[in-house]
Amino acid sequence: MTTTLTRGAATGTPVDRIDGRLKVSGAAQYAADTNLQHAAYAVFVTSTIARGKIRAVDTAEAQQIGGILRIYTHENTPRLTQPPPEFEKGIVPHQIVFPLQSPDVVHYGQQVALVVAETFEAARAAAARVRVTYDAEAPVVDFDDGRAERSKPDEFFGSPMQSSRGNVDRELAKAPVRIDNIYTTPTQFHNPIEPHATVAQWQDGKLRVHEPSQWVIGLRNYLAAIFKLQPDDVHVLSPFIGGGFGCKGFSFPHTVYAAVAARDLARPVKLVLTRAQLFADAGNRSRTEQRLRIGANRDGKLAAIDHATSMAGSAAGWFVEPAGMTTGMLYACANVRISHEARKLNTPASTAMRAPGETPGTFALESAMDELATELGIDPIELRIKNDAQVDPESNQPFSGRHLVECLRRGAERFGWKDRPDKPRQRRSGNDLVGYGVATATYPGMRAPTGARVRIDGDKYVVEVATHDLGTGMYTIMAQVAADALQVPISRIECRIGDSTLPQAPVAGGSMSTASVMPAVQAACVKLRESGAAVAEASVGPGDESDRYSFHSFGAQFVEVHVDEALGRVRIARALGVFDCGKVLNPKTARSQMLGGITMGIGMALMEEGIYDARTGRVVTDNLADYRIPVHADVGEIEVLFVEHPDYVFNPLGARGMGEISITGVAAAIANAVYNATGKRIRDLPITPEKLL
Amino acid sequence: MAKSELKVNGAKYDVELEPNVTLLDALRERVGLTGTKKGCDFGQCGACTVLVNGRRILSCMALAMMHVKDEITTIEGVGKNGTLHPIQTAFIEHDAFQCGYCTAGQIVSAVGLINEGHAVTDDEIREAMSGNLCRCGAYVNILAAVRQEVRRAGI
Amino acid sequence: MQAFELLQPADTHEALEMLARYKDAAFIAGGTTLLDIMKCGLAAPPTLIDITALPLASIEADHNRVRIGALARNSDIAYDARVQKQLPMLAQAFLAGASPQLRNMATMGGNLLQRTRCTYFRDPAAACNKRAGGAGCDAFEGFHRMHALLGTSDACIATHASDAAVALVALDAVVEIEGPAGKRRVPLEHFYRTPGETPSIENDLAAGELIAAVEIPHAPAQRHSTYLKVRDRASYEFALTSAAAGLEFEGEIITSARLALGGVATIPWRSRDAEEALVGKAPDEDVFRQAAEIALSGAVPRRDNAFKVELAKRTIVRALQIVERGP
Repeated sequence: MTTTLTRGAATGTPVDRIDGRLKVSGAAQYAADTNLQHAAYAVFVTSTIARGKIRAVDTAEAQQIGGILRIYTHENTPRLTQPPPEFEKGIVPHQIVFPLQSPDVVHYGQQVALVVAETFEAARAAAARVRVTYDAEAPVVDFDDGRAERSKPDEFFGSPMQSSRGNVDRELAKAPVRIDNIYTTPTQFHNPIEPHATVAQWQDGKLRVHEPSQWVIGLRNYLAAIFKLQPDDVHVLSPFIGGGFGCKGFSFPHTVYAAVAARDLARPVKLVLTRAQLFADAGNRSRTEQRLRIGANRDGKLAAIDHATSMAGSAAGWFVEPAGMTTGMLYACANVRISHEARKLNTPASTAMRAPGETPGTFALESAMDELATELGIDPIELRIKNDAQVDPESNQPFSGRHLVECLRRGAERFGWKDRPDKPRQRRSGNDLVGYGVATATYPGMRAPTGARVRIDGDKYVVEVATHDLGTGMYTIMAQVAADALQVPISRIECRIGDSTLPQAPVAGGSMSTASVMPAVQAACVKLRESGAAVAEASVGPGDESDRYSFHSFGAQFVEVHVDEALGRVRIARALGVFDCGKVLNPKTARSQMLGGITMGIGMALMEEGIYDARTGRVVTDNLADYRIPVHADVGEIEVLFVEHPDYVFNPLGARGMGEISITGVAAAIANAVYNATGKRIRDLPITPEKLL
Repeated sequence: MAKSELKVNGAKYDVELEPNVTLLDALRERVGLTGTKKGCDFGQCGACTVLVNGRRILSCMALAMMHVKDEITTIEGVGKNGTLHPIQTAFIEHDAFQCGYCTAGQIVSAVGLINEGHAVTDDEIREAMSGNLCRCGAYVNILAAVRQEVRRAGI
Repeated sequence: MQAFELLQPADTHEALEMLARYKDAAFIAGGTTLLDIMKCGLAAPPTLIDITALPLASIEADHNRVRIGALARNSDIAYDARVQKQLPMLAQAFLAGASPQLRNMATMGGNLLQRTRCTYFRDPAAACNKRAGGAGCDAFEGFHRMHALLGTSDACIATHASDAAVALVALDAVVEIEGPAGKRRVPLEHFYRTPGETPSIENDLAAGELIAAVEIPHAPAQRHSTYLKVRDRASYEFALTSAAAGLEFEGEIITSARLALGGVATIPWRSRDAEEALVGKAPDEDVFRQAAEIALSGAVPRRDNAFKVELAKRTIVRALQIVERGP
């Protein structure tokens, strides 16, 4: 996919998105927009039990519908085994359990049959007529079900999930002031507006797949492994992705089965998951229950923290939500214990969702800090500043750049923090109680080895990387960096991404794309310019700086709430996020990322709640009316400020990622503001009317 | 299956339609206009918004055969002859989208909103656009773009 | 959604004749309820009769009544200047429902006949007495936060989802029905059926009948009225609780009152006892609160919706306060 721009620009300026014209005119092609000649349509049938075995699949009634080409069940699919996970190659299955290979059912909504037909309407109608009978077993669904197998995972992508420093028990017991509370966050669902979709096509033994993927190289390698092909014989295309937030990062069975059908029928197959199916088959953020104990001295200095998290895990998956991961790093404290426990349930597999771990973890920690501030009679901002650290207390490495204090102070001034009611229930506006809240935001800086190629094509420079734009602005900042490195106007740059044949890039996750891709693009472009060649490639990655420094972005979230206590309604009157993410490559798209994360945080705080029926394991909120994401009317004024300290230790562009820090801290800031307004401390999300009445 | 004619963006399209084909699926799969998106297929997200005789509706909850006499406008028909409509330019200027998937629905909905002429203040515009979900959270910027066009339309 | 035949009659007579002739046929107008139900897999009528060409869309008003044709679109009704002036609670109720796009599609008749949002009703794999008598009800022990407190039975606690119908029962609306046996009129308050032992019977419409219009007779306490809807997010959501309230004053004293509740009952819930408690009183929070207590006195709360008892009372009080203070 190529895109061009017609205005001049440079890194650090608010260039309009270069894919903007395509998006506003309906010309940007998403996977399901791929209409190939003679394509067939596929629709899944999913299980209505959470645990047990398929007894029989009766397709007789379904076959009566005209235009049915094939109905796959576990009895007639080709025998396939998922490859073992290899993270470096991006071979990361979403689920451990691979559907349609055995009669076993491990979660409600598991894919149990696939109908392929001449038209979507025929496939959908036939899928509704497939009759599956089960031998059901009692599922374990409830988070507090004593039958759930509990385990203590060792690590989360290399970071320990059980750790301890100092003497937490002794220091907690000694501390003059102690906070001990439990915070809970519900199951959350990503709900990108674009459902997962695959258009698969074979030609001469080679597979081409159109799929919204946050990891085209990873998906390619997964598909090559499962179909026993050379990676070069699999081509994954993902030029436009309709939102991901983590649920399009790993590899899914639906992609495989679209390809199976396409191979069997020797024609392209289009398969689109329904919205309801996303709730069962596209991942979620695990529910957490976090006990946070903090001991402090009367002057506010933290003495000890114990952050114990219980997470919902899935019998179908492997991902867990590491809520405690931030706590060891965020504040100066010599005695910290982090622990995590997973409870294995017959619920769908979880996956990474925007700032996995940090999001629920900062809700708990930043609420607890606010409670501590109240207990101590210290301003919540001063409490955080008192416990700031310039050396990572967990790794003992200096932070490459930590400007949390500046974010808090700049934000306090901009927000008018001095006007915050100093006690709850002091300020009214009509029927509403008014309150202000603040919380720290944080996310690690990560970077992975990445390649880039630039070549001259007429009067254009074509920059190619197998990276991704899921609304993050990658097309645009790549063009800006290339334009500067080549010393040409941005109108002469074309960017090609979302294609697995292009030079290697990491998953669009961990907010690492900018930091990984830009140095490679810059290096390739400089090489081209200096060498005078027609094409240049570069492959660059982090050096040993990651052994010497700790890389994190920080920010401060400020919120003013108006609470109509009689009716239990909370309105976000205004919000301010102040962030230090290193150099801001494009202030326009960066601001949008922050607005987006803050908006998602509002949803998390006030309305999003995935609910399972404990008897069946079904997500009863499996649609966009019952699972509430924010609407226009929920969002008032939001301001974003950047405190810009380029982090050249981290990478030559000085930029850290933005996509995930924006949601962290928001829910706590809102809960803290609700406390300031009403005197009611809500530790259980979402903050719905019944909790305030 | 029957041969039907759909009038979309001022052009006539001959398509084979069965009665149970929604307007959305007819546009995307049979007419070949994929700008209008399917987000939920149950009338809960607004991504499939099109104009029927200038009025915004959800095409996933409409039967194509029930609209063969109507003038249908999709995102592809908002601009003219390769020139962007001012609302589209406003969306780019204000960065009123991120992933772009809800954008067609937002823009067509905004055109419908302006045609209706009821929403004037920021709160009214927010409420009147609340039938279009955006998970990327571009609402603040969408408001800015739509507000600009509402003012320009002199409502 | 299964396949079906689509018929397009030109007038009411033809439409009724088709309904009688084609087995298991269903009318389709705006389609926002019927296609939803069909996509859920709850209904598969082999024949759909498109009634959008029928001449039933007009809105008429004079000093005696407002008459709304069954095919008038929700948004046209809401923005009709006469409806806004004479029946503000009704205009507000329409605007509180759904989204602008859906309001442009949905019709008056369809709004009245919309089905419940109960997640177990909408899931063919769940046990639901409304869909299949005697099958049981998964909501009782399941997720029922949105479910009803009033008008419930041991068979069903599903909430009625319409906003407009709540305002219409408060306004003493009358439904005009046409069928093979001719025309008849039914007060809307008697049109709806609480579930009792037969939750599948939701209203008085007999086989072969069609709603032609809704008529609201002019009466006191309509002009000063409001519709207040309380929900988790700011828009595009069904009610947790709602109240349609209207008051008429003579000097300081309430001479007439209207009150109906939404989000908390199996049918749009008129609270005549509460209205009586308001008449003859000077308005203040205590008086409003007493009326609210009366309105909810028959509530049967359950584990997850018990909070709605208090929330509904406060919604009533607030709605009455809004009416009292004026716009």
